[in-house]
Amino acid sequence: MEPGDRGGEQDDKPAEATPTRLGPLSRRSALLGMGAVAGIAAVDVGGFAYAGGWLRPGALTPPRFADRFEHVYGRHDGFRRNHAKGLSATGSFASTGAGAAICRATVFQRGSVTVIGRFSLSGGLPDQADKPDAVRGLGLLFQASNGQQWRTAMINIPVFADSTPQGFYERLLASKPLPDTGKPDPQKMAAFLDRHPETVAAMKIIKQSPPSAGFADSTFYGLNAFHFTNSAGATVPVRWSVVPQEAGGPNAPASSIGKDYLFDDLIRTLAQRRLNWRLVLTIGEPGDPTNDATKPWPQSRRSIDAGTMTITAVQTEEAGNARDINFDPLVLPDGITASDDPLLAARSAVYARSFTRRAEEPKSASEVNVGQVTS
Amino acid sequence: MIDGAGPTAETTTAAARFTLPSRLLHWTMAPMVIAQLLIGVTMIAALSYYPLLLAIHRPLGVAILAFAVVRLANRLTHRPPPFLATMSRAERRIATWSEYLLYALLLVQPLTGWAMLSAARFPITLWGPIRLPGIAPYDIDIYAVLRQCHSVFAFLLFATFTAHMCAVLFHTLVLRDRLIDRMAVWPSKPASPEPDATEA
Repeated sequence: MEPGDRGGEQDDKPAEATPTRLGPLSRRSALLGMGAVAGIAAVDVGGFAYAGGWLRPGALTPPRFADRFEHVYGRHDGFRRNHAKGLSATGSFASTGAGAAICRATVFQRGSVTVIGRFSLSGGLPDQADKPDAVRGLGLLFQASNGQQWRTAMINIPVFADSTPQGFYERLLASKPLPDTGKPDPQKMAAFLDRHPETVAAMKIIKQSPPSAGFADSTFYGLNAFHFTNSAGATVPVRWSVVPQEAGGPNAPASSIGKDYLFDDLIRTLAQRRLNWRLVLTIGEPGDPTNDATKPWPQSRRSIDAGTMTITAVQTEEAGNARDINFDPLVLPDGITASDDPLLAARSAVYARSFTRRAEEPKSASEVNVGQVTS
Repeated sequence: MIDGAGPTAETTTAAARFTLPSRLLHWTMAPMVIAQLLIGVTMIAALSYYPLLLAIHRPLGVAILAFAVVRLANRLTHRPPPFLATMSRAERRIATWSEYLLYALLLVQPLTGWAMLSAARFPITLWGPIRLPGIAPYDIDIYAVLRQCHSVFAFLLFATFTAHMCAVLFHTLVLRDRLIDRMAVWPSKPASPEPDATEA
């Protein structure tokens, strides 16, 4: 079957078919034909290049979104483009079964599933100093025994600052710290806020709930709305959050404000006891915005206590743990689907790009090291 | 698919076609593969349509893999019709190798995508609760290699497809030797053989 083997055979006695012409060959018909072939090839290659974004330098694509993070924070090989500083965690989720009323996903049936988590700080600097007002993140992966996965990436503010990917993309640049002051250019920020009243409104709401002392007593919000469908086929809009069970409890303010004090406190607390959060599902009513993460739903909305999410241990980021998980908010179990919130698709697309970039880069040790804190 | 295979012993007429199953497989897969290439390249540059395109890309890739396996079995059990006299020896060799390359890519590209998602620990969701099992160990370095392969194979597949299409169109529109009739699923008019002299 090797083509080379047949070469000799063809030399001696070519077995071939005599073509029948479609029409007489002439210089004109040949030129027309070549023009047609060239035209089709140009459409083929041009269409491919256009689809891939190479002919649209102005279009906001996931690679360009990731580029902006690198432009603002620098490139840090092997780390996430955003929420670069983090700590891996493991635990479980014990479902009360109450969530099954609105969602058929396995995770909401009575019982327990394993959880992989990651605590993080917003921003692309993997070694930034912990600050009380830095936005804290919690990524979770619920792994049901039947293979269903639910991934979510939450933060400790009740609404998001932007309603569109374009807004977030612009705000990233506007909030880039100036080298001399270490703070964003006030003029650029003011100009951005002038164009984005939804961000101004969201900032007001965010300021009303100041951050807690640490990770352990932080409430983390899923922010985006999703659609939950139960076994009867009924669908409702839902936003979720995890609420610490020991809010205001024994977590004294950090004894020493070290560079990694938020993470160090979490590591020390977990060395003594596990931490619990209630998973709260808030059900939207008709008219509640599902496509705008800057707008809260009324406080009076019905919520369901779906169960207890327990973090039992944390681990230094390394190969195989949460470091290597993309907390893509659109990895959802059967029974949960995305809403019309434009941030969700963009998050999924940009997270994928960030994940691929850091996967292909060399890795280096994470700033937060459990062994150094507990020893 | 470029008709690449071994010549049969007897000389056949120009009307010799690929077998009906071969032709049906060819024209079923062609739009699937072209759509898949377009979806793939659009997806990586799309912010808002990424999830939708990805949701199509996965099951379509699995469908292409299934068709490619059937097609390989069909190819191994059927001989293609002989080359036309309008194809030079070098062209025949290129056609044969590009056929092998296309077969290889149509098999390996979906497998690479499947393995790549497995290595990243993603569920391989086809539709609703229907998922495929993982086929690669959970390892970000393996993901990185497979992800790069997936891109390289995609560009190679696109280039090979484009070359194949242009070659067939060149024969059909410039040499006018009715090469495409061999793969036609539409009726083609029987034409009287022209003396080769007209080629000059």
